[in-house]
Formats: sequence, structure tokens, C-alpha cells
Amino acid sequence: MKALVVDDSRAMRSILSRLLRKAGVDHIAEAADGCEAIACLDDDDLPDIALVDWNMPNMNGLELVGALRGRPEWRRITILMVTTESEQGQIVRALAAGAHEYLIKPFEEESLFDKLAILGFHQPVQGDSTNDFAHN
Amino acid sequence: MTVGGEQLLFVRQLVQRKTAIVLGEDKGYLVDSRLSSLARDLGHADATTMLDHLRKKPDLALEQRVLEAMTTNETLWFRDRAPFEALRQHVLPELARSGAGSRQLRIWSAACSSGQEIYSIAVLLEEHFADRFAGWKIDLAGTDFSVEMVKRASEGLYSTLEVNRGLPAASLVRHFDREGANWRLKPSIRSRARFWRMNLVEPWAPMPAWDIVLLRNVLIYFDIPTKEKVLRAASRQMAPGGYLLLGGAETAVGICPELVPEKIGDATFYRLEGREQ
Ligand SMILES: C[S@@+](CC[C@H](N)C(=O)[O-])C[C@H]1O[C@@H](n2cnc3c(N)ncnc32)[C@H](O)[C@@H]1O
Repeated sequence: MKALVVDDSRAMRSILSRLLRKAGVDHIAEAADGCEAIACLDDDDLPDIALVDWNMPNMNGLELVGALRGRPEWRRITILMVTTESEQGQIVRALAAGAHEYLIKPFEEESLFDKLAILGFHQPVQGDSTNDFAHN
Repeated sequence: MTVGGEQLLFVRQLVQRKTAIVLGEDKGYLVDSRLSSLARDLGHADATTMLDHLRKKPDLALEQRVLEAMTTNETLWFRDRAPFEALRQHVLPELARSGAGSRQLRIWSAACSSGQEIYSIAVLLEEHFADRFAGWKIDLAGTDFSVEMVKRASEGLYSTLEVNRGLPAASLVRHFDREGANWRLKPSIRSRARFWRMNLVEPWAPMPAWDIVLLRNVLIYFDIPTKEKVLRAASRQMAPGGYLLLGGAETAVGICPELVPEKIGDATFYRLEGREQ
């Protein structure tokens, strides 16, 4: 499985990449904005999923979603927005533009895995975080 | 001063007696951190002072707060996904057929925490079954030992961290309204569920029989005899043809033979042994 992480924060890109590796994704590319993301797409080797921030220079996340939906070859890329934009209207806009799922920053690790599961990529890690008191 | 020795024993015994939750001897750190923040909230100098107070004279309100502080309430939307897929694809359509005469559907979340479990079902019904169950009497219930959780569930108000966990974004924007930094379930979903306090290890007050019982991620905290008692009681509360769902790490096999596992989709449900087909 291949993923593309698009975020202008280097720290956020590395957090997301680390979590994706933990979820079993082995090929991960990173881009700092929408333009870089488009530039690194290779039609013969497209990512299965793109994690897309909203607020970025040059081409923002919403524009990138529009671009990815605009070209037939790219339409099979699943899009997960990962952003601090948390207004209801913004979420609606992103979904209408073609994002498949939406994760609001800041988020807990598990919630990224939950979103991947919703998108059909990954069974959630069966955490034992609720088992603090389990005695077996 | 940290909670240890005799006080730790006191807490462990109290928790086991009242909730059946078995706290390992090695959980001193957990007892201490959870009771320290409760002590602070209630204006006690520290956890040990608060416990001294409780040991000297009975104080049911304080006791309940201590017990609630010691339970784990973690939950999320559509937890484990597969059971909800199975409900959508198989179980609910089957109940729509078999219940067509009485036109009643009853679903109970037996340790509901802050309500995500039963509201996930409400969302499922709203999004996929509005037509099939139109005109039915639908009873969605959630119960929990914790007064605080029952209150939270009734309010239907969730933080962003909570709506991030397992809830599809399309369902979030459809069924919630933003309220400050939080998200409030719309009345169309919230009004479908009712909640009350119930301790699973005390005698159960009379209840209707349920078509689906969700008893998830609570048996793990109990010892075997308690698991058996609670499973027996749950089985008696199932409607004929009803379904019981446990948590991912829980089983009734080898504990309660009248409950027979049945694989439905990618999930395991339990049905009553010898039920009529
Ligand atoms: C980890 S949560 C599980 C919530 C939900 N069923 C799920 O699977 O996501 C466990 C819940 O069980 C409740 N609980 C613990 N002991 C209980 C008892 N004796 N009777 C009723 N509820 C209890 C706790 O208050 C807590 O809300």
C-alpha cells in the first residue's frame, strides 16, 4: 500500500508518516503543498491514499482535492483530509469537493487508524487501552 | 502521600464488592492518579485524606464518586466496525422481517459509557433503515453503573477528540451541530435513546426483552463467576430470536452454555440455545 502525505509542517508530515508505517503502509511520499503533491504523482505508481492538510501555501488542500478529482486517472486515490479546519461548513465543503474522510487536528493516534478502517484500508489495531483493569 | 498498603486494599475491595471489577494488586499507580484528581476536585488535601474520610464514616455520594473514578469509560463510535456492518447487512434486515407483525424493535447497550455505542445504532437506523422501520416502535436504551456517564450520554455532547474516533465525517455533519468547541447530537438522534443507571452485578429491575443486547467491553473487568452471572441474566433478557453482542476480547463460550455463538458477517453474535427457527 502506498500513501502520500501533504502538509506544510514538516513535523506533522513526520508524525503522519510514522503512524502510517505503524498501520502497515510501506511506501510513503511526502509533499509540502498541493503543487508539490501534484508534481510527485506518477500515473504508473499512484498512491492508494492521500492525507491532505487544508491550509498550505501555493495550492491549498481544498484546491488539491479538486485537482485530484478533476483528472480521471487520479480519481481512484482515496482522500483523507487532516486539518485544524473544524467548522461544520468546511467539512461539508471538503466532502462535497471529493474528500472521502475528514480528521480534525489535533487528533489521537487511534483516530487516524479508525479513519483508515472506515476507508477500508486497515483493521483498527486491537488496542488494550481499555483493559487497564483486565485481570487475565 | 500516595495510596498504598491498607488503603489500596480498601479501594480494591470496595471496587470489587460494588462493581465486581477486579483491580490487580499492581494497580496502585492507577488508583493513586485517578483518586488524586478526584480528591483535588472535591477539595480534599490528597487521595489518602479523602480515603481516610470515607473509611471513617459511610458516605454513599463520595463512595459513588470513588467507584466511578476507578472505572474505565473508553468507548468510540462504531467500535470494531465489523459488528455494525453485520447489524446493517444481516441482523437488522432479519429483525425487520421477523418483527413485521409486532412492529417493535428493542436494543439495549448494557454498559453504555458516554453513549457512542447506542447512538451508533441510532445513526445506522436513521441512515439505512428509515423506510424499513417507518411506523415501528423503536426502543433504544443505554445503562451504565456511572451516574456521570448516564448524564453525559443523555446530553449527547461530544468533544472533537470523541467525534474523531470512528464516526464517519458524513455522519458527523449530518447528525451533529457544532456547539463551541464541541459537537451536539441533533434531537432527531438524541431523542431516540433513553438512559438510566444500572449496576450489572446487582439484581436487575424488571425490563422488557431486547431484540439486541450489546454487552461489550465490560465483562473483561469481571472474574469468571461474575461473568457467568451477568451472561445468564443477559440471556434471560433476550427476546426469542434475539441477538447478544460481546466485546472483541470477550466470549460466552465455556461460561454460559445456553448462549450459542453464531458467526454473522465478520462478527460473532450469541443466540439462545434451542430457540425456535
Ligand atoms: C470500557 S466501557 C465500554 C463502553 C461500550 N460498551 C463500548 O464497548 O465501547 C465500560 C463501561 O462499563 C461500565 N461498568 C463497569 N462496571 C459496571 C457494572 N458493574 N455495571 C454496569 N456498568 C459497569 C463503566 O462505567 C464503563 O462505562
